[in-house]
Amino acid sequence: MTATVPPPPVLQPGGRVLGTALDPPAPSRRGRVRSRTVAAVLLVLTVAAYLLFRTDGAADSSDAASFRFFDSVRDWVDANRDTSPFFLYGFNYVRLGVRLLVDTVHGALTGLGFAGLVAAVTAIGAVLAGWRTGLLALGGFLAFGVLGLWEESVDTLVLTLSAVLLSVLIGVPLGILAARVRWVGATLRPVLDVMQIMPTFAYLAPMTLLFLIGEPAAVIATMIYAVPATIRITALGISEVPPTAVEAATALGSTRWQLLGKVRLPMARTTIALAVNQTIMLALSMVVITALIDAPGLGQNIVNALQRVNVGAAFDAGVAIVILAVVLDRITTGAARRTRLHRPARQRRTRWIVAGAALAGVVLIALVPVRETDLPAYSFAAPVNDLVGWIELHWYDVTEGLKNGISAGVLDPLETVLVTTPWWLFVAAVAAFGTLISGWRAALIAALAAAGPAALGLWQHSMQTLATVLVAIVITMAIGVAIGVFCARHDRLATGIRPLLDAAQTMPSFVYLLPAVALFGASRFTAIVAAVIFAVPPVVRLVERGLRDVPPTVVEAALSAGSTPRQLLWKVQLPMARGGLLLAANQGIVMVLAMVVVGGLVGAGALGYDVVAGFSQRELFGQGLAAGLAIVLLGILLDRLTQGFHHSKRPRG
Amino acid sequence: MRSIRTAAAVALIATLTACGGATSGAGEDKPSAGAKGTVNLAINPWVGYEANAAVIAHLLEKKMGYTVEKKELKEEIAWQGFETGEVDTIVENWGHPDLKKTYIEDKKVAVDVGPTGNQGVIGWYVPQWMADKYPDITDWKNLNKYADLFKTSESKGKGQFLAGDPSFVTNDEALVSNLKLNYTVVYSGSEAAIIKAAQQASAQKKPLLFYFYEPQWLFAKEKYVRVKLPEYKEGCDADLKKVACDYPDYVLDKIASKKFADGNSTAYQLVKNFTWTNDDQNLVSDYITNQGMSDEKAAEKWVNEHEATWKPWIPAGS
Repeated sequence: MTATVPPPPVLQPGGRVLGTALDPPAPSRRGRVRSRTVAAVLLVLTVAAYLLFRTDGAADSSDAASFRFFDSVRDWVDANRDTSPFFLYGFNYVRLGVRLLVDTVHGALTGLGFAGLVAAVTAIGAVLAGWRTGLLALGGFLAFGVLGLWEESVDTLVLTLSAVLLSVLIGVPLGILAARVRWVGATLRPVLDVMQIMPTFAYLAPMTLLFLIGEPAAVIATMIYAVPATIRITALGISEVPPTAVEAATALGSTRWQLLGKVRLPMARTTIALAVNQTIMLALSMVVITALIDAPGLGQNIVNALQRVNVGAAFDAGVAIVILAVVLDRITTGAARRTRLHRPARQRRTRWIVAGAALAGVVLIALVPVRETDLPAYSFAAPVNDLVGWIELHWYDVTEGLKNGISAGVLDPLETVLVTTPWWLFVAAVAAFGTLISGWRAALIAALAAAGPAALGLWQHSMQTLATVLVAIVITMAIGVAIGVFCARHDRLATGIRPLLDAAQTMPSFVYLLPAVALFGASRFTAIVAAVIFAVPPVVRLVERGLRDVPPTVVEAALSAGSTPRQLLWKVQLPMARGGLLLAANQGIVMVLAMVVVGGLVGAGALGYDVVAGFSQRELFGQGLAAGLAIVLLGILLDRLTQGFHHSKRPRG
Repeated sequence: MRSIRTAAAVALIATLTACGGATSGAGEDKPSAGAKGTVNLAINPWVGYEANAAVIAHLLEKKMGYTVEKKELKEEIAWQGFETGEVDTIVENWGHPDLKKTYIEDKKVAVDVGPTGNQGVIGWYVPQWMADKYPDITDWKNLNKYADLFKTSESKGKGQFLAGDPSFVTNDEALVSNLKLNYTVVYSGSEAAIIKAAQQASAQKKPLLFYFYEPQWLFAKEKYVRVKLPEYKEGCDADLKKVACDYPDYVLDKIASKKFADGNSTAYQLVKNFTWTNDDQNLVSDYITNQGMSDEKAAEKWVNEHEATWKPWIPAGS
């Protein structure tokens, strides 16, 4: 027997919550014609202004005011870390507290020992999500031992769990507040927007400044990355509780706390469980990146492999991450699904008995002296490296030609145009086109964000990064839409491809750098390739869903009017799925930006390189922090322009 | 170890709340004086460093009974680890006068533990075949003449100068602009990537101008020629933005955290005593890179074959 539960919310990959999707009302024909004319005029004006005022694209100074400002902030923090009350009573305590949390979780997990932990995870999986999941967890955790990555996997799990614990402690109450108190929700929304646009890479340096390197900084960075999803989804769950239920309870004389504790929270628990699930997924992908600031775990293996250009070694670690992600995902989604069921008391009692038996079993197994080293060992490193070597040898001309062609034919001209555009013209163009497609509010924010890099003294680098992002997003959309359309038309292909998409989305961004580096060396194109691989899966998903959401009646009508499949796609399905496509573009851009920035690690240059250099060379710290800020601004600019389009055509939910 | 630390942290929080304020090093391991504890060894991202670390770790673990925690960190970040207690020692440091000033003189959280015995050289190199074909290319004054040879997709119409990991010690960008060279510095991202490019340049006779350094196993296999830059003079690299001279020769040294040094454990003494030649290091690097050995295997092999070298490092009474 199922209770009446709201349907699961529509989630964007990355944990952004979309309201229930409404089709935008088609703009009137006259309006459309007029806005086209305006757009054409604007385009001509922009081109004319560009030709008139084109600059010679001077290189950024390495000594801008903003860099010196950030350097002085760093120096102040360095000098006062042990004396200023901010640190003595603030940040240092946070650091200490988080360290305590990490150590406790670590102690609990390692205290169980190899056999104990494997048994515990299996039991948790079986009790919360059914025996299949239990078996999956068993196989998965044994695989860590087989891959020889047991300790690293446990370290990663420890950091992930710590960050998730913090996210839930902070995020759930904030989510409830955001749903219940109007001004809290209104203030939080833009903050959460920025947090979710911010590429992971941009906040490592500020974290080390405040919390130094090590596990605490890693956990806090991860928490910042994951908590927006917790807050948003919780808020959604609470606000979706049917008002009739609340009214009924009020009529019976419930107090506000009773309403929260007995009505709202229980009715929203499925959604909250989903929030936890999303938080775990996000945390896992971030934890790996924090290896750059001395977090232990699988991330270290990947950093190591990246430094040695050893694709095989990274492959093993990548497999372990995917396994961990799949196990955690199945356990939490299974648990979420089960919370929907109301069970009679007797069944609940049996569940307690099962749980008790499982606990006893775990304790017994924990005493068995098996170690992870007793398992047979297997590594994918050798075969993968052989394959890569073969590709490098035989495809050299192809990969080199592709890289040089795209770099010289597309990337360089675009970069030149953007770099030689005077900053005020760029800002004006963003404002004008922004107003046209997204309304003046979004345009204003976008224009301000566009002016930021110039103020920071990073104009050239920002425009170079932007050029790379634009090329990458065009390729991503082309591939993503093609595959998405294909999936929407062929059900079997779609089910076949889904696990692949799942796995691809749990991989942390910089795993994708490795194959790209092995094939294309150090270049901007490498970052583009990695970004495309990283961003295609969610685009495919959103496109597929957009197409499938086109009402079947419309499709039938078109078919009966004699449309060919091609006409059906181009004249009916794609135009009607416009919302989904734009959403895909929006999501794709945010992910591409994140990846292109990480590409700074492998020669992609510009802002990403500034960030990397900033936390590896002391004298470049200020520039690195400024570059991080410029990246955030670019993210806001791109996000507002595309998301604004999506929202401006329909009432905001 | 962990549980002791947890308990210590709880106690610390309790006492600190009473007497006010937590400093940045609070809650970290106390120096493990006498006890065979854990040594936190930073691993900087090049194979020569790895060779030093592998041998030291092997001796600490197998001959002296310590546990070694290796941490993959870039140079600057490893230095920050002295302050937080995440890092006990760095076993191949390239100069870094600015970091020494900050962490050794000002903050007093680290100490210099003496040279590793390795001589460090940083410079600009071209493959041998280029020096044969264009004999005057090895002087920086002629580099502009050949800039066209080095064009790539990334070099913006100029010649490409291939650098390594952005965290390495480099003045290349300043050198290119101050010597008015028509080149663009492109970062390959890692030592492995430079080596790969250098090997390709040798094998396929492709032009390449790159940042490289000794000790380096690759020099034992293939010939590369150093490009002469304006001679180094004491202090000519004082202002990093105005550098217009070659890199100095480096005496590579070891750095330890103050706490680790003050503990004066046998582990610290081993690090202090450690000193070997460039050839020793290149041998271990070669094992690791070209003979498919793990760090541990490579160190084990070297240790088994060179007892006379490492025996004196082991402190008496351990």
